[in-house]
Amino acid sequence: MTMASYFQIITNMLAVAVALSAPYIFAAIGEMFSQKSGVLNLGVEGIMMLGAFTAFYFSWAYDNILLGIVMAMVVGILMGLLMAIVSITLKADQGISGIGVYMLGWGIASTLFRLFIGGVQSISGLQDLQIPILGQIPYLGKILFQHNIMVYLALLLVPASWYILYKTPWGLKVRAVGTTPRAADTMGINVIKTRYQCVIIGSMLAGLGGAFLSVAQANMFANDLIAGRGFIAIALVYFGRWEPLGVLKGALLFSLANAFQRWFQISGISFPYEITVVFPYVLIIVVLAFSYKKFSEPTALTVPYDREFKG
Amino acid sequence: MNKILSLEMVNITKRFPGVIANQDVNIKVNAGEVMALLGENGAGKTTLMNILYGLYNPNEGDILINGKKVKIRSPQNALDLGIGMVHQHFMLVPSLTVTENVALGINFKNKFKMDLKVVADKIKKLGEKNNLNVDPNAYISQLSVGEQQRVEIIKALYHGANFLVLDEPTAALTPQETDQLIKWIREIIKDDMGVIFISHKLKEVTEVSDKVEVLRDGKNVFSVQTNKTNVDELAREMAGRDIELPTVDKKNEFGDVVLKVEDVWAKSDKGTDALKGISLALKKGEILGIAGVSGNGQKELAEVITGFRKVNKGKINFKDENIVNKSIQYIIDQGLGFIPEDRLHMGTVPGFKVKENLILKDYLKYPFCKNFILKPKYIESYCKTTVDEYDIKCPNINTPTHALSGGNIQKLILSRELKRNPVALVASYPIRGVDIGAIEYIHEKLLEARNNDVGILLITEELEELLNLSDRIAVIYEGKILDILEADKATKSKLGLLMAGVKEG
Repeated sequence: MTMASYFQIITNMLAVAVALSAPYIFAAIGEMFSQKSGVLNLGVEGIMMLGAFTAFYFSWAYDNILLGIVMAMVVGILMGLLMAIVSITLKADQGISGIGVYMLGWGIASTLFRLFIGGVQSISGLQDLQIPILGQIPYLGKILFQHNIMVYLALLLVPASWYILYKTPWGLKVRAVGTTPRAADTMGINVIKTRYQCVIIGSMLAGLGGAFLSVAQANMFANDLIAGRGFIAIALVYFGRWEPLGVLKGALLFSLANAFQRWFQISGISFPYEITVVFPYVLIIVVLAFSYKKFSEPTALTVPYDREFKG
Repeated sequence: MNKILSLEMVNITKRFPGVIANQDVNIKVNAGEVMALLGENGAGKTTLMNILYGLYNPNEGDILINGKKVKIRSPQNALDLGIGMVHQHFMLVPSLTVTENVALGINFKNKFKMDLKVVADKIKKLGEKNNLNVDPNAYISQLSVGEQQRVEIIKALYHGANFLVLDEPTAALTPQETDQLIKWIREIIKDDMGVIFISHKLKEVTEVSDKVEVLRDGKNVFSVQTNKTNVDELAREMAGRDIELPTVDKKNEFGDVVLKVEDVWAKSDKGTDALKGISLALKKGEILGIAGVSGNGQKELAEVITGFRKVNKGKINFKDENIVNKSIQYIIDQGLGFIPEDRLHMGTVPGFKVKENLILKDYLKYPFCKNFILKPKYIESYCKTTVDEYDIKCPNINTPTHALSGGNIQKLILSRELKRNPVALVASYPIRGVDIGAIEYIHEKLLEARNNDVGILLITEELEELLNLSDRIAVIYEGKILDILEADKATKSKLGLLMAGVKEG
């Protein structure tokens, strides 16, 4: 093979990786907000599932992808509200309520799918949008600027969420309620309200991540469409040390591993594909095991806030 | 927002499930005066102040400012009214900077941008004006306790407080820092600031306050102008009876060295060096006090000796055997007793019954256990005797331990450790947060053990306690022993300087 064709393969792989990373970025940045405020939402997978179904249903039935995406966000908000009521107001154990939200989302989505769609249906899906001029740059244009609009949105979400967290008054509140809610309370910050906001924003983004999978990537819906991506997103938050840039790095690394294993499967090299499929997951476990350091964790994570609790 | 000229709390009652924390409590403070709120732990001082600050809602009673009734339902209300509070456990976010901590309470008009530079400048100015210097860009986690306290006060002033509540502000300060704070308080009230100063330390109270209000069991029991009372009277009112703390009788003969720590190095939980070459020798029948501002390696010192923490370098000889990095069980079996700092979670299993905690170190041994089966009859009778003997107040020996008061939990631990006839005992903050009656008792028991030839390493931040009990006092500073003084040559000011890291000569 020539040098140019190697470049071609790598460029393709990177472009695929960027596209694959979008749903992880949506879901993981959302989960990051939730965790920064002190709420571990394990229901991401279920919310993504419901978001994916909702987006697909409205796109398919009304032939309107935008409507589908908006409805997926609405459903995400509602699921977030449920998680917030159970874990913040009722102070239920966050691990358990998150699993409940996961199962609820999964159950509703697959039931509705059976009732209203039934079998394999497909839609045309979101089309790629080549950005003028930038899209023409050799290699880089293909990697970054020839994607659908939701990929750009996901990439923009990273600097935007960084700015919100570190440069706005609201971001300062979020960082405070996730580490020392009592201190935040004594400064007149409404801990409960801030946590509600974060959980709801997080779930909305999870819904968006789900929508991406059904209307911008697979262009169909099936019960196993999410395939654990919601849980991977939670792992990516830990991997990224609760920082937007860290989350982005994790999402890209994982997606690159995925793009590599896809290429490997079709490259014709004789190797059991079952093992290559496992590769990205093994990679993330190994990286997590070596990078996990407790000290940057929001210290109040999973602890419900009770002003009158006498500790 | 009007200036607070007078602040009253009238007939305040606050009930928690199973306890009445405040019952018909009344206080009144005017601008330009310092009122000391005195009482033992659990007397209801902090609850009362949390009501004033809007953290708790009272069941009954009113708060009046300048004679007018006000509703304080959240800290935001309190801040808006001009009430600032410095909590005993500082309310700061350690992962944020000083400026960010102050900015948390600001209602920024522009929701998309905050100008932290303006905030930092104002903090600098406030600091210079009020003699409270602190670096606005430092992270809270890098600051000393004294500096953090300054940040708390600046925070209150920044948000326009003209009435300050200081909850146990001297608990973690050196004597010199305490003197400075008292001077500072006397200075600021000249600008018509009202101050409530909460403490259980009598001497400070008489130095700082204009009047004293004593709470006991959640009720007002005594109120007086400071210049018309004295320390003894206040102590009596606080405890509800005469109190006489035992003091050590001078002893010149000690036994052999039983515990010898030589050049020990160990890391803290955060991975930094907490002990940097500590050396100590404890003799039989001696109380060796360890003085120091908390966080200078006391916790780690106790933990390396008792086997809880890894030693990176150095030797610890206990009964002429190096016990460095031996198992905890082994060290216990050699006869080393331990009263840990966190008495509820490290000293006991909180959910266990009193009797289960009493035998926690012996349950595997005869006569508590035979052929791997516990002997309930023997355990019952042993525990009943112990509870009576050590005056542990509990409904019965099947009560869960966390339901006991701090003093009684401490007596439980003390009885467990002493009844095993230890050769040496490490006692970390044995009287922290316990009532004065229990302090009296615990001190008697420690002295009794000393007279029975037990070597005791006493770690505490209470200088009175150290001076009353110790035969020698070692001062720990940043993981090193700075100096060791004979108790009769040690004074509070000498210790205070050493605790701040200043060694004369």
